[in-house]
Amino acid sequence: MVVELFLDLLSQPCRALFIFAKKNNIPFEFKHVELLKGHHLREEFGKVNVLKKVPALKDGAFTLAESIAILLYLSRKFNTPDHWYPSDLQKRALVDEYLSWQHTTIREKGCKIFITKVLVPLVVGQPFSPEKLEEAVEELNSALKQFEEKFLQNKPFIVGNEISLADLVAIVELMQPVGCGCDIFENRPKLVEWRSRVEEAVGKELFQQAHEIILNVKNPSTTQLSPELREHLKQLLKP
Amino acid sequence: MGIELYLDLLSPPCRSVYIFAKKNNIPFTFKQMEVLKGQQHSVGFGKVNILRKVPALKDGGFTLAESPAILAYLSQKYKTPDHWYPLDMKKRARVDEYLSWQHSAIRPSVLKIFWLKVVFPLYMDQTAPEEKLQEALEDLAIPLKQLEEKFLQDKPFLVGNMISLADLVAVTELMQLIAIGYNIFEDMPKLVEWRNRVEKAVGKELFQEAHKVILNFQDLNSMLIEPQLKEQMKPRLLKMVA
Repeated sequence: MVVELFLDLLSQPCRALFIFAKKNNIPFEFKHVELLKGHHLREEFGKVNVLKKVPALKDGAFTLAESIAILLYLSRKFNTPDHWYPSDLQKRALVDEYLSWQHTTIREKGCKIFITKVLVPLVVGQPFSPEKLEEAVEELNSALKQFEEKFLQNKPFIVGNEISLADLVAIVELMQPVGCGCDIFENRPKLVEWRSRVEEAVGKELFQQAHEIILNVKNPSTTQLSPELREHLKQLLKP
Repeated sequence: MGIELYLDLLSPPCRSVYIFAKKNNIPFTFKQMEVLKGQQHSVGFGKVNILRKVPALKDGGFTLAESPAILAYLSQKYKTPDHWYPLDMKKRARVDEYLSWQHSAIRPSVLKIFWLKVVFPLYMDQTAPEEKLQEALEDLAIPLKQLEEKFLQDKPFLVGNMISLADLVAVTELMQLIAIGYNIFEDMPKLVEWRNRVEKAVGKELFQEAHKVILNFQDLNSMLIEPQLKEQMKPRLLKMVA
């Protein structure tokens, strides 16, 4: 009985999981949960994750939500190379530190850009608000400043000399604004270099494969949302 | 040179770190921080945590921010009893799952309500609009339900039969609102019982000690806040009620 990963590669945390599992040759069954079709709202999926979110894991009778928890679980179960989640206490703590901090900073603000530019227009059927987008970009800029000054500094990766879960979780989040036309890497040479290093460590082909969907989400008007999903999103997105 | 913990017990994450360290007899120097007085902006503290947040840990030349990271670090360094952060993969995953989820689900609502109710009047010399408080309280309803139905269910604690880091982080967070007078567990007896169980597992004395500052939040009204700091905080506070 192989591990099942319930994913939509539109979602940043799903990409981190996909890349991690593939890179480490972890056998898994890819269960596609199409967010834009509202698959995550189905009762069937609710049995896997009552929080109705992706990613989710099913390992026999054991189900698990939250990408960070799933990444850690897989790293332990499949004994992945140490650099992903070092056994050295202090290095490990620095990975934990980033994984904790990023929720309400890089992740939240990166999501906000995607929501403002792509999701809200899909739901309300009107073009995005430039002021709201500018605000979201400003907020991400503050987070990026902290990212560069505290987490990256002058190191090749967030925790030392090798890629870890911290870099993986960071990069997939930062690709979301890129996917909707906000190149946050522009004028940030340190970030660009770090991104190249991460892509190389992951493997260019796998990185591209994971990001194919988000990098092609350019035509929101052609996507049809089901009325149920539209209502659900309207509730979620209320300011 | 022992561990230094930079804490303001007004902050839930600081309380979870404080309780954990004390409960497990982890020797540390308590470095008092007063966030409402802006002490996190000092040059000295910037060297401990450039993110200028509490809690923060200093262990010799090593500094660490973020309470989940600090808790995990302490549990591993001091080899605390297994139930706090179980070695069993699936149980550990459940702790990780809660610690991850709560960042965006429980904490932001608690923070908002606390800021509107307690911090806003302190800095703005007027109370925050009641509708905004009500709105924030309503936003808490769904995560609380999820806490009860997904995370707790019919178990004594969030991850099985014994208290873990998940319970500690959850309860210290929710105490922020209970302490300032919000009966958030109204009609949720399971959560009431769970909260009592956690207090008992921690030890009533330690639990009360850790929550003394928040329970006496009215005393904050006599706190002298520099006009400059008030000005600095205004934009953020105004945004919350916009």
